[in-house]
Amino acid sequence: MRSAHRKAILGKIVVYILLLVIAALMITPFLWMFSAAIKSDREVFKINPFVFIPEVPKWSNYKDIWTRIPFGRFVGNTFLLTIVVTVLQLLTSSFAAYSFAKLDFRHRKGLFLAYIATIAMPWQVYMVPQFILMRKMGLNDKLLAIICLQAFSAFGVFLMKQFYEGIPDELCEAARIDGMSEYQIYGTIMLPLSKPALATLLIFTFVNTWNDYLGPLIYLKSQDKKTIQLGLKMFISQYSSDYGLIMAGSMLSLIPVLIIFLCFQNYFVQGIASTGLKG
Amino acid sequence: MKNITETAKNTKIEELQNRLSELIEMAHTEKDAKEKKKLIGQISKCNGELERVKSGKLITRQTKRDLVAYSFIAPNFIGFCVFTLIPIIFAFALAFMNWDGSNPLSFEGLNNFRRLGGDTFFKAALKNTIIYCIGTVPLTMVASLALAIILNQKVFGRGIFRTLAFFPYVASLVAITSVWKLLFHPSKGPINNILYTYFHVSQENLPQWFSGGLCIVSMILFSVWKYMGYYMVIYLAGLQGISGELYEAASLDGAGTWAKFKYITWPQLSSTTFFVVVMLTINCFKIYDIAVMLAGGGSGELTTSATVLVYYIYQKAFIDWDLGYSSAVAMVLFVMVLAVTLIQFKLQADKEA
Repeated sequence: MRSAHRKAILGKIVVYILLLVIAALMITPFLWMFSAAIKSDREVFKINPFVFIPEVPKWSNYKDIWTRIPFGRFVGNTFLLTIVVTVLQLLTSSFAAYSFAKLDFRHRKGLFLAYIATIAMPWQVYMVPQFILMRKMGLNDKLLAIICLQAFSAFGVFLMKQFYEGIPDELCEAARIDGMSEYQIYGTIMLPLSKPALATLLIFTFVNTWNDYLGPLIYLKSQDKKTIQLGLKMFISQYSSDYGLIMAGSMLSLIPVLIIFLCFQNYFVQGIASTGLKG
Repeated sequence: MKNITETAKNTKIEELQNRLSELIEMAHTEKDAKEKKKLIGQISKCNGELERVKSGKLITRQTKRDLVAYSFIAPNFIGFCVFTLIPIIFAFALAFMNWDGSNPLSFEGLNNFRRLGGDTFFKAALKNTIIYCIGTVPLTMVASLALAIILNQKVFGRGIFRTLAFFPYVASLVAITSVWKLLFHPSKGPINNILYTYFHVSQENLPQWFSGGLCIVSMILFSVWKYMGYYMVIYLAGLQGISGELYEAASLDGAGTWAKFKYITWPQLSSTTFFVVVMLTINCFKIYDIAVMLAGGGSGELTTSATVLVYYIYQKAFIDWDLGYSSAVAMVLFVMVLAVTLIQFKLQADKEA
């Protein structure tokens, strides 16, 4: 009995050591980024001795990045795009998914098949014809192009539909008998119930749109339309040895996604578990 | 006038009623289940029509219900059709064409695909993409599963660990690759500095992480680091679906940790693993930004040792304006993703059968 107990404790210790190693691997680049962002270019690579916060922290890096490139403009563009795309995605996806999950109508299977068939299709396969089409519609070098590109995904409809199917049909039936219209059922019953799925979709959409690089690279050509990712990349290739400034800009670009993630992460595992995303 | 319509209505009703009873009669005698189903469908259609004529309204209740349903779908579906479905169809057609985007199209047949065979840059891109996939998929899968199993136990502060593991996934590639490039900087970076100072690796033997043959290895390691948190969450969801009774029963039978994993956890997670592997493979084939940001030169150009398929698609389309050829490369990407998905589906179906 004693040895079993000892074995259990030993197991726990191994688990904790593993966890600490993994946590260190995960967090070190971020800590290093934070530290480098307040160092001068000469201090960045000093490791012997390594100081986490230099004696004279160069907080001015965080200020200079706004004037060296039109960082404010990039941030504004990215916020606009991300918020519009996320709202559109959540609304239209949950709307369509309600219909697919809870209503009976002609061509339901056929229409849903169109969504399913494209879910495994990488965007990169059709990004070229999509660009040609958008250019024909006059959307080249317009922020609207990125909105059209990101806002109507098959993934969102699929995720929301999986979740709605887990909600018992009886709930809708009862509401129908009470004389509620389908729009009321969607708005007052389904939407409040689907918070975990909505939070999951919100995190995915927000993170993807905020971090997207190839989409904006193809569509947004002029300086004042650029997103934060394009702007940062441009800065990195222009001033490749301004390490402190690069790190400060990178830090700033991470803050919004981290905030969104920390706000909604409680729903996240629950959302993944209940939307069938686990397969 | 009214009388005429009234009579017309009555005859119509009579007609429909006759047809209805006829159909019901047929449905009763029909043996074949499939045929019966068809007949029942016709009956309900007939019923709806009858109701419509009787009430004198223009649309049936079913049509009304359809319209409501379509109104829910329309906002998403219209956007989806225009910006996804049509471009996909266009992509298939374009692979057999020659087009520079402004002059008229010409049909080329299989010429674009023939050109691929002799294109060394394409072959390098294909090879690199496949090597990258073969390295990344199993490593990420194992790492995320291990992490999920550890974090599914009752350990102190597991919420914090879960959050930390997810950080790299939400962090933007531009920001995080710039850190990696500094950390692994060949001459000044801390990693090589440690190798030099503590492990006495000589100056000329210090690894050049982002060029030459090591480049793909760095890309693989980076991807595992960045994406394992995401797949960990999926595995966590899968693990939470396994009933605790199974483990209790196994404990009573004296099963050890490894036996529990082998006979309970792994088989119970098979559908999760299927999903993870398919998603991972698709995402690996799409690799572009990681290669450009880790191994790309100043303006993001890639050499043959680091080039990948999507980079070549981009290059051919938006730099050379050789749209047909670029679409042919895209088709290769599509076929590979499709093949992997189908193989996985087949394996999964065999396992369940």
